[in-house]
Amino acid sequence: MNFMNDLIRVEHLVKIYYLGEIQVPALKGVDLCIQSGEFVAIMGASGSGKSTFMNILGCLDRPSQGRYFLEGTDVSGMTKDELAQIRNKKIGFVFQSFNLLNRTTALENVELPLFYNNTSSRTRHHRAMEALTGVGLIGRQHHLPSQLSGGQQQRVAVARALVNRPSLILADEPTGNLDTRTSLEIIDIFQKLNQQSQITIILVTHEQEIARYASRQVIFRDGKIIQDLSFEPRQAAYDLTQMPPPTEEAIP
Amino acid sequence: MNFLMTLRIAFKALNRNKMRSGLTMLGIIIGVSAVIAMIAVGSGAKARIQEQIASMGSNLLIVLSGSATSGGIRFGSGSVPTLTVDDAKAIATELPSVKYSAPVLTGISQVVSGNQNWSAVTYGTTPEALLIRDWPVVKGRALTQADVDGRAAVCLLGQTVADNLFGEMDPVGQVVRIKKFPFTVIGVLALKGQTTWGQDQDDTLYVPLTTSQRLLFGRNFPGMVRSISVQATSAGTLQQAEEEITQLLRQRHRLRPDQENDFSVRNLTEAMSTAQESARVMSLLLGAIASIALLVGGIGIMNIMLVSVTERTREIGIRLAVGARERDILYQFLIEALVLSLIGGLIGLIIGVSASQLISHFFKWPTLVSLQALLLSFSFAGGVGMFFGFYPARKAAKLDPIEALRFE
Ligand SMILES: Nc1ncnc2c1ncn2[C@@H]1O[C@H](COP(=O)(O)OP(=O)(O)O)[C@@H](O)[C@H]1O
Ligand SMILES: [Mg+2]
Repeated sequence: MNFMNDLIRVEHLVKIYYLGEIQVPALKGVDLCIQSGEFVAIMGASGSGKSTFMNILGCLDRPSQGRYFLEGTDVSGMTKDELAQIRNKKIGFVFQSFNLLNRTTALENVELPLFYNNTSSRTRHHRAMEALTGVGLIGRQHHLPSQLSGGQQQRVAVARALVNRPSLILADEPTGNLDTRTSLEIIDIFQKLNQQSQITIILVTHEQEIARYASRQVIFRDGKIIQDLSFEPRQAAYDLTQMPPPTEEAIP
Repeated sequence: MNFLMTLRIAFKALNRNKMRSGLTMLGIIIGVSAVIAMIAVGSGAKARIQEQIASMGSNLLIVLSGSATSGGIRFGSGSVPTLTVDDAKAIATELPSVKYSAPVLTGISQVVSGNQNWSAVTYGTTPEALLIRDWPVVKGRALTQADVDGRAAVCLLGQTVADNLFGEMDPVGQVVRIKKFPFTVIGVLALKGQTTWGQDQDDTLYVPLTTSQRLLFGRNFPGMVRSISVQATSAGTLQQAEEEITQLLRQRHRLRPDQENDFSVRNLTEAMSTAQESARVMSLLLGAIASIALLVGGIGIMNIMLVSVTERTREIGIRLAVGARERDILYQFLIEALVLSLIGGLIGLIIGVSASQLISHFFKWPTLVSLQALLLSFSFAGGVGMFFGFYPARKAAKLDPIEALRFE
C-alpha cells in the first residue's frame, strides 16, 4: 500500500477520557487506512467509540496516543490554529443534530465556514448558493432552521460541509434523527458526491440499512475495530425510485 | 473573519436581546455622562477663576497696613494704618521692578442720588490704581492727577452703582452725595464681574485720594493709607518686587532686625493660582468619582458577556467546528463588548453634554465641556469595554469544540 496515497492513516489510536479519577478508554488502539474516494460506513453498538474516532478524524479532538496522518501529514503535532484551518478547508463535518445556528438563515449557515477564510462576500454568496443547489434547497435559502423540516435542515448542514469544497466529508449518524425516506435522500446526496465528485465519505451509522450504501464497512466494538469489509454498494438513487411517493415535507 | 462581518454579528447578537443590551449599556451611559458633567463643572470653575485672575489685573501685589503686634495685641492686616502716601511714592520711584503703585484708602460709604441710595465700597486713590487693575472707563473720563492735586469732589462709578442710582440715565455730570458730601460723577467704569469669592467688583466707587482723606476716611490717621496697590513690571519680576518692597518699607519704617513687619505684601495672582489649583483638583476628584460609575458599568458588561458566552456555548462550538480560530471567537466577543460600551459611551456623551448645559442653566454654575474631556471619557468607555470584555471573550475562545457542541 502506498503510504502517500492514503487520505487517512491512523496508527494505534488511543483515546482516554478522564472523569475525575476514573479513566474511560474510548479507543483502545485503532489502526486504519482510508484511500481517497472511498465511501466508508463505520458501525458498532452505542458507546463503542465511533463518535470519539470521528471527532479525532475531524480534528475536533486529539488522540491520547497514536498518530493520525491526513494526506500524509501528521496532524497530532499541529497547533490549534492549524487544526482550525484543516476543519475549515479540508473537512466537512455533518452531525446527527444538524448543529445549525438558530435565528440565522439557511444561506448564512452555509456561508459560515467561508467567513473564516476571508472569502469575499460575492464569492461567499455564490458558493453558498451553489452548495444549496447541490443539495436541492434552492428557494429555501432565506428560511430559518426552525422553518425547515429535519431533512431540510440536514441538507443545509451538508451544504455547509461542502461549501469549502473539501476532499473529505465526515458524518456522525447524519440520518439518526430522520425518517427512512429522508435518510435515503441524504444518503443519495452523499453517494452522488462520492461517485460524481470523488469526495471521500466516512459515515457513522448503526443501521445496516444505511451502511449497505457504502462500499466499505468498518465495525467497532469496545474501542477497537473488529471487522473491516468491502462490499458492492446499493444505489440510493435506484432505491428511492422504488419507494412510495414522497411525503410533502420531504422534497422542496 | 474580517472586521465588518464581526461587527455585523455583534450588532445582531445585541439586537437579539435589546432589553438586556440596553440595561447593560445603562451602566456605561451613566458613567460616561457623569464623567463628562463632572469634568465640565470642574473646568467651568477653573475657567471662571482664570477669568477673574485676568480681571484683577496682572502682576498685582497688595501691600497692607498692620500685621504688627502692638502692646501684645495682634491687629488684623489693615486695621491700623501704618503705610503712608509717601511709602507708595517711594515704591514707584525707587524700585526698578515696580511699574505703578497707588496708595488706597477704603471704606463702605452711603451714596445718594435724588431719592435713590446705595452702599458701595469706596476707594480713595490715585489714577495709577485703575491702570494697575487695567480698568478702563466706558463713559466720561478717568481720574487725573489734577483731580488728586486739586482735591476735586469727583467720582467714578462702578456699573452696579451706576445701575442702582441712575438706571438707564447717563450718570456723567450728575451730582451724588457720598457721606452727605456732594461729588460730581466724571465717569463710569467698565463691567468687571465677580471675584472668586463672589464679591461684585462693580459695586464700587473711586474718588481722588486727597478728597477721600479730607472728606471720607482720612481724618483719624492723616497721611496714612490702609493699602498700596502695586504692579510689577512683569510676571518675572513679581517675586523681586515683593522682596524689594519689604526691604524698602522696613527701611522707611525704621524697623530693627528683630522687629516684625508692620505691613504685609500679598501676591494676589499667587492666591488666585492656589484657588485655580484647588479647582483643578476638584475637577479631577469629581472625574475620579464619576469614573467609578463607569467601572461599575464595566462590571455590568463583564457579567452580561459571561452570561452570553454560556448561553451561546453551542454557537461557539459550531463556529469552531467549521474552522473559526481562537482569535476569531475572541474578537467576536470582544467587539461585542466594545460595541456595547461605545454605543453606551456615545449616548452617555450626549447626555453628559446636555446635563452640563442644564447645570449651567439652572444652577448658574459655569460649566465647560472640552473636546479633550469628551475624547477622554469616550475612550475610557471603550477601554472599560475592552478590559471587562476580555475575560469573557477569552473564556469563549478557549472553549473545547467537542464540549461546546455537546453543551445543552
Ligand atoms: N467527554 C467524554 N467524557 C467521558 N467519557 C466519554 C466522553 N465521550 C465519550 N465517552 C465515553 O467513551 C465511550 C465511547 O463513546 P462514543 O465515542 O460517543 O461512542 P459511540 O459514538 O460509538 O456511541 C463511551 O463509553 C462514552 O461513555
Ligand atoms: Mg456517537
